[in-house]
Amino acid sequence: MSVAILQHGDYLIASIQADLTDGQVLELRDTLADRLGVHRIRGIIIDVTAMDVIDSFVARSLRSLAITTRLRGAETVIVGIQPDVAIALVQFSLNLEPLHTALDLDEGQALLDRWTTGAGRGAG
Amino acid sequence: MDRPADAPVLVRRPSGGDASLLRELVAYLRDSRTELREEWVRRITEAHLLSVMTPDEIFSEVTAVYDNYVDALETGSVETLQAYARDLSERIIPRGVETHEVLGIVLLLRDVLARSLFVRYQSDADMLNRILDAYEPAANRIAVTVGVSFVEERERVIRVQEEAIRELSTPVLQVRERLLILPIIGSLDSARARQLTEQLLGAIKANRARVVVIDITGVATIDLTVANHLVQTVEASRLMGASAIITGMSSRIAHTLTDLGVDLSMMRTVGDLQGGLEEAERLLGYQADRSDAGRSASGD
Repeated sequence: MSVAILQHGDYLIASIQADLTDGQVLELRDTLADRLGVHRIRGIIIDVTAMDVIDSFVARSLRSLAITTRLRGAETVIVGIQPDVAIALVQFSLNLEPLHTALDLDEGQALLDRWTTGAGRGAG
Repeated sequence: MDRPADAPVLVRRPSGGDASLLRELVAYLRDSRTELREEWVRRITEAHLLSVMTPDEIFSEVTAVYDNYVDALETGSVETLQAYARDLSERIIPRGVETHEVLGIVLLLRDVLARSLFVRYQSDADMLNRILDAYEPAANRIAVTVGVSFVEERERVIRVQEEAIRELSTPVLQVRERLLILPIIGSLDSARARQLTEQLLGAIKANRARVVVIDITGVATIDLTVANHLVQTVEASRLMGASAIITGMSSRIAHTLTDLGVDLSMMRTVGDLQGGLEEAERLLGYQADRSDAGRSASGD
């Protein structure tokens, strides 16, 4: 599978290396949901820098992933959306809400840090 | 002009004599080059055409055009004249020579030459008729060629300038670390809005921006398509991890957007650029402090 999943502290980092098939997207979703509980993960960063296309299926899967993981106590941030991909997403009105987005890995991690050290602790 | 009753047929199509007539015409025009040229310059000055050029310049251009004109009459090919006209246009357009001046000058030459033909052949109406038959189509074609060349050159210049304006008109500026400003000035159409979005997203990536302030103080009006583009720009910026703040929206645009029912729930708007920058700094965690005394407690 062309997704590397790394653990970094309390976070899981899923780095997508190429465009994914629908099956691989679902597989990623299930894998992440499973690993959440095992390692007491508080945040997930999905890096889509290498993806040239995010179609409606991928967008919907990422959304449902975010909702699922939130139920299991972890926030999800998508990082590395390329300018072309961003334009395509808004043109096709593919809504990623309530997904959070950040520019790159650093930014995504900073975002998660803010949540998990702030309000996230009590509410989680 | 009154014609005697026994004048020959008024309009007579020249059959085979066309070429020899043109030759005669060209020879005549070459012989009378000096007088006709001077007459032409006199008429140009009288009509106050080419006022931006000095008399010397006018005379040398006039000479070149005259010779090209006669050559074009002789060969029937306007290519050399066309090239010259284009080259001339390139030189005179930056100096502010107008289309009506160029057309006026060419038509003046046509009149000057036609009149000299009247004078020369006034005793022989039939010959005059045939000479004019040969002269007029060629002269008209030349006038059209010069006019079109000028206008084409002008359009080319406009296209180049449009391109330059498009490049210049949407700078993305970094004012602080992670904070960009995009001042939009002038009219927005779909093409420009799209280009602007791409430029902004590229800058967000390159500068790792977290907040962008889009200032539309300089935009007079907006339509539905462009408004939706603006919403998409804000949305796409968010996908790249940057919050967008729109500032300087005129009451007219605000009315338009409200009337059009554009969904602005995603948009963060602040009245003016200053307010937008303050809001952006707040988002980024900056706090502006005045070092001198007497500062008012205005922080929020």
